[in-house]
Amino acid sequence: MFSFRTLMLFCACIVTMNARAADPSVIARGEYLARAGDCIACHTVPAGKLFGGGRPMETPFGTLYTPNISSDKETGIGKWTAAEFYTMMHTGKSRDGELLYPAMPFASYTKVTRDDSDAIYAYLLSTPPIHQPNRAHELRFPFNQRSLLYGWRMLYMKPGEYQPDTTQSVEWNRGAYLVEGLGHCTMCHTAINALGGNSPSKRFEGGLIPVQNWYAPSLTSNKEAGLGDWSIEDISDLLQSGVSNRGAVYGPMAEVVYDSFQYLSDEDIRAVAVYLKTLPARAGEKVEPATAAVAEQKNSLSPLGKKIYDAQCALCHASQGQGKLPHFPPLANNQSIQMTSSVNPIRMVLNGGYAPGTKKNPMPYGMPPFAQSLSDVEVAAVVTYIRTAWGNHGTPVSVKEVNALRSAPLY
Amino acid sequence: MGIRSVVITLMLLAVSSLDAFAAGEAPAEKAPDTMQARVLGCAACHGAQGEGTSNDYYPRLSGKPAGYLYNQLLAFRDGRRKYPPMNYLLAYLPDPYLLKIAEYFAAEHPPFPAPAPVTADTATLALGKTLVNSGAASRKIPACIACHGAALTGMEPAIPGLLGLHSDYISAQLGAWRYGTRTTLAPDCMHDIATKLADRDITAIAAYLASLPAPENPVPVAAGSLKMPLACGTVPNH
Repeated sequence: MFSFRTLMLFCACIVTMNARAADPSVIARGEYLARAGDCIACHTVPAGKLFGGGRPMETPFGTLYTPNISSDKETGIGKWTAAEFYTMMHTGKSRDGELLYPAMPFASYTKVTRDDSDAIYAYLLSTPPIHQPNRAHELRFPFNQRSLLYGWRMLYMKPGEYQPDTTQSVEWNRGAYLVEGLGHCTMCHTAINALGGNSPSKRFEGGLIPVQNWYAPSLTSNKEAGLGDWSIEDISDLLQSGVSNRGAVYGPMAEVVYDSFQYLSDEDIRAVAVYLKTLPARAGEKVEPATAAVAEQKNSLSPLGKKIYDAQCALCHASQGQGKLPHFPPLANNQSIQMTSSVNPIRMVLNGGYAPGTKKNPMPYGMPPFAQSLSDVEVAAVVTYIRTAWGNHGTPVSVKEVNALRSAPLY
Repeated sequence: MGIRSVVITLMLLAVSSLDAFAAGEAPAEKAPDTMQARVLGCAACHGAQGEGTSNDYYPRLSGKPAGYLYNQLLAFRDGRRKYPPMNYLLAYLPDPYLLKIAEYFAAEHPPFPAPAPVTADTATLALGKTLVNSGAASRKIPACIACHGAALTGMEPAIPGLLGLHSDYISAQLGAWRYGTRTTLAPDCMHDIATKLADRDITAIAAYLASLPAPENPVPVAAGSLKMPLACGTVPNH
């Protein structure tokens, strides 16, 4: 005979099972969406336990340590409900009401639908519990005062799920949803200002990533700096395989392709490319006529630069900077070589780099580092040469800029 | 479709392919589909065949057991072995590709460089020779040859040869093991050994190893042919 107590226990078991044994197809969809959101990049220490958190995030305000988002009940999100998870994604407030620091891209994740949020939640709860207590952030005063976040949120956080634009195609809307929501592309591709926010007026015009010291290029349709004359195929190749006929990804974007984009479907990648191609052409970078001083700097460095280029670079990048596509990237008419910021080309010459190994490009080629064999003057000369030769309209770089980047963080 | 429309179609096709020819220049040159071209990123410091360079800190890779090289590539990628320029280059390369890179350099056998002129004094070299060949039983330090082979060419699949390396590189590695910037999967045998070595032991071992000529047969000895005196996490089934 059932006692009331047994009946209650029975019901409780069913409820728990319902919460636990989510539909495998929902979990699979959640895993895919978690890839699109690149949760792993921040919430897993490289080669560490999946979603155990604890990865240090260096910011101009101090060091944040990412939390454990595994299914562990004590130290992860095992006790959270789907509704609490959605509230966190949608409002940037944790389960206990605490305001999250905006290193968590909640200003983008707020656009994620309840359905997708639930799928990601189901997936995270299906991962093995990792018992690893969260580490306290190490922020300097006054940034350790969470009340400051009210001000930040007023400026940069507009809660609200993505609203489809009915004048655009389904594909465009899918791309917009991924770029503006889970993809949180704006976090790097819109300049980060002194308050650690992305100014809406400079949306997707590109910016220097603080601390990491890489320049995230413009994604606008500006022909000089952005994606204006890229084809849909070029953008798709770059995002999905890591290399394209226009260039390859290195540094932080290599991580994004490696952990996130390579796993997205051809359709979703194309949707992202279709959306990006429609970003308005903003002023962004302007080509200024060279001043006398700039011309002199170029003239003094270029001959040495050409000599180094012919001897050490032309074998792969070809005599006119046309590259050997897609594996040896072109340098002529390559935005990342000639854009206003010279950080990326200087870093590539100093440190080299491998494109990420992806499903579509499992054995990438690598650029050798030259920090050990070229002096600051030689690096400045060769970078000046590639930024100004073959019709490239970049500006010369100084020895000082090169020297400063020798100590940029690598890893 | 009439003959006329076929002719028009063919003409259009001919014109469009001419256009493509005019706009597309000569067939574009491709990157060679070889491992040699893929590891150009390594060659700047380690040499095209992994023979090493005159720089003290860029070691010879060629001919070392593939399992050893693979373990090092994984350790650099995952941060167990810390050297930012290597950590950076390998950060986004998947396991199967790292294995291919390891196999490439393991199969290369360029000549060994002539040993650098010996600058260490006789007493230092003598101490080095003793530690390398006999260890120091009183301090529980095993001989190098116990695991790295009598000819110091290493053992398959994962113990490296110790010849053809600069003394500064060897002492830097022993220091890195001692201080934990170079680690391996537990049990970390080289950490255990390095913490027992005094500074003068490290100087002596490095000087003696760097003074030795190229081995007659540079190939690592077969897996399991040496009975290792202690357990190492990177050597399977021990």
